[in-house]
Amino acid sequence: MEKSTWTTKVGLAQMLKGGVIMDVVTPEQAQIAEEAGAVAVMALERVPADIRREGGVARMSDPELILRIKEAVTIPVMAKVRIGHFVEAQILEAIGIDYIDESEVLTPADDRFHIDKHQFTVPFVCGARDLGEALRRIGEGAAMIRSKGEAGTGNIVEAVRHLRDILDGLRRLQALPCEELMTAAKELGAPYELVCEVAATGRLPVVLFCAGGVATPADAALVMQLGAEGVFVGSGIFKSENPRARARAIVEAVTHYRNPQILAEVSRGLGEPMRGLELEAIPAGQRLAPRGW
Amino acid sequence: MEPRIGVLALQGDFQEHLAALARLGIARREVKLPHDLVDLDGLILPGGESTTIGRLIHRFGLREPILEFARSGRPIWGTCAGMIVLAREVDPETRARTQHLLGLLDVVVRRNAFGPQIESFETELEIPAVGSEPVRAVFIRAPVVCELGPAVEPLARLPDGTVVAVRQDNLIGTAFHPELTGDDRFHAWFCRQARAARACTSPEQASCPAE
Repeated sequence: MEKSTWTTKVGLAQMLKGGVIMDVVTPEQAQIAEEAGAVAVMALERVPADIRREGGVARMSDPELILRIKEAVTIPVMAKVRIGHFVEAQILEAIGIDYIDESEVLTPADDRFHIDKHQFTVPFVCGARDLGEALRRIGEGAAMIRSKGEAGTGNIVEAVRHLRDILDGLRRLQALPCEELMTAAKELGAPYELVCEVAATGRLPVVLFCAGGVATPADAALVMQLGAEGVFVGSGIFKSENPRARARAIVEAVTHYRNPQILAEVSRGLGEPMRGLELEAIPAGQRLAPRGW
Repeated sequence: MEPRIGVLALQGDFQEHLAALARLGIARREVKLPHDLVDLDGLILPGGESTTIGRLIHRFGLREPILEFARSGRPIWGTCAGMIVLAREVDPETRARTQHLLGLLDVVVRRNAFGPQIESFETELEIPAVGSEPVRAVFIRAPVVCELGPAVEPLARLPDGTVVAVRQDNLIGTAFHPELTGDDRFHAWFCRQARAARACTSPEQASCPAE
């Protein structure tokens, strides 16, 4: 019997496919998420929209809060650590969290290096803006990738950009002859072996979700039609007028993302979505997506 | 006549099941709404999150059509979350506050029976029904079967005796994921059941040979 193999780490993400992972800040929100049909919850102290508004250093949440959320639900619980903060990751592994998100939403702890994720038995998900970044994270041991988007904005434009960049990168590599792959690896800043692998298969070797700006069922279906395998919703649910109804509708939209009749039905009468942010309204230094290297 | 297999495609690793059926050259279809069940000879409920899949079955009117599918004698196989959804009962300690079950398989299951994700594991299992060579079994936040009704036959056990695969007439449940290993013997065995069920429900066929 072998525990925590690459197959079981990637496998849990495979079980989350076609599902919605919701940010929650209290046990009550976690229960609303579970009852709405979330496949997992992300336990944290503040959703990205509040982190953005309040400023200051954003760190791993109090393990006490994460454990209370874990006790409130039966679905998998994820939590975030700062980029490069391997001790926060050791703490989350020690309390039996199901997945760790090494996240640009928190203030980075290391401005040059990400966590060596191969050293952990708990699996990691990491954000990426393009194929090179995705393959660097997988090279470090990430068992799941999410396109970054711009968290806490309720604006889908960056999520679409990053998802398209990752998928375009895969399509380009597939068209290249073998002798061009080493140069492609150099230009992507990605491990050569992984570049060769994805050029042959046309897909990442791990599950690809979309994150950062999903606020409506239509947003969720849009990124699914573009090629995401599932969706993270951060501020979009609990910063809206009717979180219970919106959570259910986004779950149903991800299941029936190619069925406009059902999308129309589930989108009706949900109340106000979260108030969005124009990207131009965010000062350059306060963008989250460029964090990570 | 080759069977046609449906894979419930509400949430979970249904693409992995479809890929296994494709490798075997079996006709297959995603099942998202009741009309997708028409003309199928077998149905697979994939791995995923049982609370999510159960809720979506209920929401999109699939409960009665799946129960009718089972009553017709056609085989249904649930892997991991799929087995939970098939079950009669989830033990109270691991049951979600709202847990929609089909109640077809006369078993009590314990969800997430091995602990958090870091306890997920792979092992070799003897499954005589499927073949003499052991099967590589992947357990991910996996359930176990803790009570079996009189009509339920255990198909595989862990070394400590825990039941991790069962069969009750045309219903099959596995706590692990044959769809993740590239070893398609379990899928081939399931398709043989579907082929046999098709032979015995077609009008010109008088007898029903057991598999």
